[in-house]
Amino acid sequence: MADKLLNWNEVLIGATIKDPGNSKNYETGSWRVEKPIWNPDTCINCMFCWVYCPDSAIKVDEKGNMAGIDYDHCKGCGICVEQCPSKPKSLAMILEANAKNKTEEDLRKELFSK
Amino acid sequence: MAFLNEVAKKKEGLVNGHRLCPGCTHSIIVRQIMAAAETEKYDIVAASATGCFEVSTGLYPYTSWNIPWIHNAFENVASTISGVEAMYKALKKKGKIDKDIRFIAIASDGGTYDIGLQALSGAIERGHRFLYICNDNNAYQNTGNQRSGATPFAANTTTSPNGSVIHGKTQSQKDIMSILEGHHMKYLAQASPSNWRDLMNKVKTALDVDGPTYINIIEPCTTGWGFPPDQAINMAQLAVDTCVWPIYEVVEGKVKINYKPKTKLPVEEYLKPQKRFAHIFKKGNEGLLEEFQAQIDRRWNWLLKREESGIGY
Ligand SMILES: Cc1ncc(C[n+]2csc(CCOP(=O)(O)OP(=O)(O)O)c2C)c(N)n1
Ligand code: SF4
Ligand code: SF4
Ligand code: SF4
Ligand SMILES: [Mg+2]
Repeated sequence: MADKLLNWNEVLIGATIKDPGNSKNYETGSWRVEKPIWNPDTCINCMFCWVYCPDSAIKVDEKGNMAGIDYDHCKGCGICVEQCPSKPKSLAMILEANAKNKTEEDLRKELFSK
Repeated sequence: MAFLNEVAKKKEGLVNGHRLCPGCTHSIIVRQIMAAAETEKYDIVAASATGCFEVSTGLYPYTSWNIPWIHNAFENVASTISGVEAMYKALKKKGKIDKDIRFIAIASDGGTYDIGLQALSGAIERGHRFLYICNDNNAYQNTGNQRSGATPFAANTTTSPNGSVIHGKTQSQKDIMSILEGHHMKYLAQASPSNWRDLMNKVKTALDVDGPTYINIIEPCTTGWGFPPDQAINMAQLAVDTCVWPIYEVVEGKVKINYKPKTKLPVEEYLKPQKRFAHIFKKGNEGLLEEFQAQIDRRWNWLLKREESGIGY
């Protein structure tokens, strides 16, 4: 519903929006200049990235553990990388321009195998 | 299982797709609030005053809210939530609703310290049961960083600019906590999203109080304060570690400081990374830094003394 504009006679009184959380359909991932990459091998599942992400872009599995990044919504702020406490960090930023046409695997190798 | 893994499994009250700046702490705070609310025990209904957070999470025809949420105007979020809460009480009395619902009003400093103060004072005095959250980003950010009653001393804003004669805001930050304390409410607190566990505990405590409660939360703003987005949480932590933003509670008038930095950092550690304070570090402006530090020390020492006295009401 949110994807098409409503006619004047379809708008509800008080501009009520009937569809909770429909902003999910609006993808803010295109705003990104830099992209966070996750390294599951060193991740300790502390969920600091989750509790500090402004855009609920840290995916969570059924155990409540870190399960990757929602690139449709991640705006690339870099807070998760800054706050990741594992040693070495399990998240790193790369310029979108330098990440183009590379697989997740390639990027992990490039960023984490030092 | 660790606490964060447990809450991360819950359905989020605020979802993404909102239009806040990358690295904005408004949504970090509200995500922490929603994670803290014991939604297995009660439902939450929220209201927002106009401001960055409201326009970004309620951009028609979109909403980022997974819970009932209402926006009315800039100056009256406390009145709006009062009305909603009064309606709930009436329906409950008539047996038309049996759910347990808790109410949260959210505004920034402009909507709290300044234009919304009268509405807030009235709602507290009438004794409505609601939690009022002020996400204090130290200025009117949505309209482009104008000074407010919460803007700190010497900060550069578009309406308190740094010039050749006057260097940023000449007045200090209003002590909103003391103003609200004058209403003798049961619970008020100051918190920071960097210290998420403390923030969540405060939200949980406040939501269980039968009456008005208030939490003042520092909300670093990458755009208005002028620091890189990835530093937002570090900025909140520095505010806490320099005692620029003490985290404490006032329970029935008694002060409890929840975190005392092992080494209290000098204020310049907090000020230096922010463009709005750049002029403080220019030659000839040393007095500004001294004055800033003196104001922070005065307030911190006063809080320490209040805690030590153990006096409440
Ligand atoms: C009565 C009224 N005056 C002015 C405005 C314009 N206005 C919209 S948001 C805003 C600033 C909000 O500042 P604050 O409450 O601190 O929220 P922030 O954007 O900083 O989060 C202003 C002045 C308005 N919407 N209503
Ligand atoms: S902050 Fe780092 S270590 Fe913690 S869950 Fe996220 S990626 Fe893993
Ligand atoms: S870069 Fe920012 S928006 Fe993206 S996942 Fe990390 S914290 Fe979230
Ligand atoms: S201007 Fe500041 S408070 Fe407003 S959305 Fe941007 S970062 Fe957040
Ligand atoms: Mg503000």
